[in-house]
Amino acid sequence: MDKIKQFVTDFGWPRIIIFLFLLFLFIAAPFVGVRIDASISDVFNRFGQNALFVLAMVPMIQSGCGLNFGLSIGIIAGLIGSTLSVQFGLTGLMGFFGAVALAIPFAVIFGWFYGLLLNKVKGEEMTIAMYVGFAGVMFMCIMWLILPYTNSTMVWGYAGKGLRTTISVEGYYRQVLNDFWAIRIGTDFIFPTGMLLFVVFCAFLMWLFLRTKTGTAMTAVGSNPDFARASGISADRMRTVSVIISTVLGAVGIVVFQQSYGFIQLYTAPLAMPFAAVAAILIGGASVNKATMVNVLVGAFLFQGLLTMTPSVINSALKTDISEVIRIIVSNGIIIYALTRKTKVTK
Amino acid sequence: MAQQGPLLSVEHVSKEFYGNIVLHDVCFDLKAGEILGLVGENGAGKTTLMRILFGMPVIAQTGGYKGRVCIDGNEVNFSNPFDALDAGIGMVHQEFSLIPGFTTTENIVLNRESMKPTFLNEVFGDRMSVLDRPDMKKRAESAIAKLGVRLDSDMLISEMPVGHKQFTEIAREINREKTRILVLDEPTAVLTETEAEVLLVALRNLAKQGIAIIFISHRLHEVIQVADRIVVLRDGLAVKDTAVAGVSVRDIASWMVGRSIAAERLDAGEKREFGPEILSVEHLWVDMPGETVRDINFAVKKGEIFGFGGLAGQGKLGIPNGIMGLFPAGGAVKLHGKPVELDEPRKALEMGMAFVSEDRRGVGLLLDESLEWNIAFTAMQIHGQYLKPVLGKLLKIRDEAGMRKLTLEYIGILDIKCTSPSQKAKELSGGNQQKICLAKAFALKPDLLFVSEPTRGIDVGAKKLVLDTLHKYNREYGMTIVMVSSELEELRSICDRIAIVDEGRIAGILAPTADIAEFGLLMSGEKTEAVQGANRG
Repeated sequence: MDKIKQFVTDFGWPRIIIFLFLLFLFIAAPFVGVRIDASISDVFNRFGQNALFVLAMVPMIQSGCGLNFGLSIGIIAGLIGSTLSVQFGLTGLMGFFGAVALAIPFAVIFGWFYGLLLNKVKGEEMTIAMYVGFAGVMFMCIMWLILPYTNSTMVWGYAGKGLRTTISVEGYYRQVLNDFWAIRIGTDFIFPTGMLLFVVFCAFLMWLFLRTKTGTAMTAVGSNPDFARASGISADRMRTVSVIISTVLGAVGIVVFQQSYGFIQLYTAPLAMPFAAVAAILIGGASVNKATMVNVLVGAFLFQGLLTMTPSVINSALKTDISEVIRIIVSNGIIIYALTRKTKVTK
Repeated sequence: MAQQGPLLSVEHVSKEFYGNIVLHDVCFDLKAGEILGLVGENGAGKTTLMRILFGMPVIAQTGGYKGRVCIDGNEVNFSNPFDALDAGIGMVHQEFSLIPGFTTTENIVLNRESMKPTFLNEVFGDRMSVLDRPDMKKRAESAIAKLGVRLDSDMLISEMPVGHKQFTEIAREINREKTRILVLDEPTAVLTETEAEVLLVALRNLAKQGIAIIFISHRLHEVIQVADRIVVLRDGLAVKDTAVAGVSVRDIASWMVGRSIAAERLDAGEKREFGPEILSVEHLWVDMPGETVRDINFAVKKGEIFGFGGLAGQGKLGIPNGIMGLFPAGGAVKLHGKPVELDEPRKALEMGMAFVSEDRRGVGLLLDESLEWNIAFTAMQIHGQYLKPVLGKLLKIRDEAGMRKLTLEYIGILDIKCTSPSQKAKELSGGNQQKICLAKAFALKPDLLFVSEPTRGIDVGAKKLVLDTLHKYNREYGMTIVMVSSELEELRSICDRIAIVDEGRIAGILAPTADIAEFGLLMSGEKTEAVQGANRG
């Protein structure tokens, strides 16, 4: 009994309730005509697509910069990388890793400037970050139009210049990770082994990083910047490093997302992405100052599970198509819930 | 005003905060027209006594006080400062509470402005009255005249010298018709000597007009100059209540600091020998808010325990904080003859210095992390210890086992009470947290250790253990220690030399066996001949 109690305290009531609700949705699904195998496949897919964004929250939480509402900056770097990869005509795994490799330098540079900015606004990081993200996305809306891309699969057909809002990566790197060692059962269930392995690999690297000297210093900065300073650590440097890592993960994350989803989405598409990641990590049990790999994986799974199942089950039950509305209500509702429940560091 | 009995009498007042006794059975009387000097070290209970007198809500919130406070022989028990004001007690605080953009007059009569009714009063009541400026000015000037100083009643506070601000504060208090008792908390602390002189004359003037004054100051010569009678508080006890006539500064100083039990040296009779000079500090200044260091010169020999004492706010805490690079500092600091880069904590740590901060919870600990982290963190970051290679030496990660071993070792040595090494630091008691801070510094194996207020806010048993530990590390490992403390007895019990800091400078360096009165004099900014000789640089 004590063990159960301990487990409940550790895991947290919110997660247990959400998990039970998710379970209920899976049980209810067949009764309203939703295929269970397709649903589970969907959940895995969406988990893989979004897990890296959730993972990107970790370094900044640990260093005390709060939740990275400006993850769009990293996503933009990823979009630059992926469009360049398509522009250069790289295909297959080469296309995917080419996109990642091309995106990382941009992510590092963007992250560095973004970090410098956040160091100037300590205490208000989250608000500022959100607007940095918005501003960055809007600025890129102009850039996508005027940057000299020429690949005919990407530019507007009638003008011959300016990138389209949605670009298919079919023939470039669509599903390259998903199909790697993919397990197919029947017609509707596909387990995206490659993508999940990639996610786990990234999470492992992060786990390892947090245990290095630098990672330890970063956590200490988030826990008590004055303590860190008195131990000879430059808090500003650690914060900048954390922002760069977060931005790089955002960039890699969007490439992973694209290969699974099949499309590069430009213009205002990155606007809402940080919110889903923020909601996921908070659901996973992270506070604004502490996050673990378990928080990331559990959070991404629960959040994406809810986001997949709630609309489809309710849609089928009500026989209308309000899935997008429900999705928005669910994701924003969770963000509100999570932010009101956030725990602060002891001072 | 022809009072026969005492105007104010404090009878057997005791007060404790959460079991910590800060005032014990304090009694004194105050007659009309009398100036009472109230002196005592920091933490002797002066502020608490004044809070009780003034009805500050904090007193009631922490369980009230025992004993009686009587005005004109009637017991009073103020629940808030307004009651005290109504009863005729005026208070001038150490910090100014004036509105900078208002004139002297406006500040003096603030919230008691003279009003002129207008026709709107008929409809809207008194709130529609307008200010009667000529009358306000008249009242302000009469208050200033009563004080006997020259003060421009139309000058803006923001344009005034500090002295005039202080006078404005006092004028505001005596402008109340009812004010009969005036409490001044360190009124001369911010004044220059000439300004202070003028203030003292003004206070005498007020006393002649029948106002009773309680004058709190740590400048003892001023107390002697102005007061009729003094009350000395020490550790919450009124140890002396005597007329000033015939009392010397030296007497007061020894009453202030003297303990009934003499300092117990841990090493009575031990012959102490030191190595070469390890740390030399010349013309150090530190810009630490509230603890400004102006010009400090001293040198410490290897194996020595060097103490810094002095009253709060005089700059003793700024010394280690400045040398360790935590606050902007300048001057020449040399360790082992090599110059130390100031403003760079990492450099100071790498050179072999460590610091146990006085701000335990703010700077000393990672409250949300485990004890292992707290103790091993600095050693890991500075010396690269407690890391182990993984992935074929590609990467080094934390050596959790090593950290645990280190933590268990210190838990044993320092007798730290905790459930496990992975307990969070915030869950420990103050004394055990202090031990963690010490362990963190010891883990660095420093040549020179700075400890700042090592026993602040911890209980007696833990205090002894902390001091014994410092003593042990000094004797057994030859660790040189520079200790800063507000508790003179503590310094006297383990230090080899003690420097008293006053106004950001060293007032004098004494042997721990020196007469207690000497320390008291140095703390009050008085120079003695015995010290002039010993004072180096």
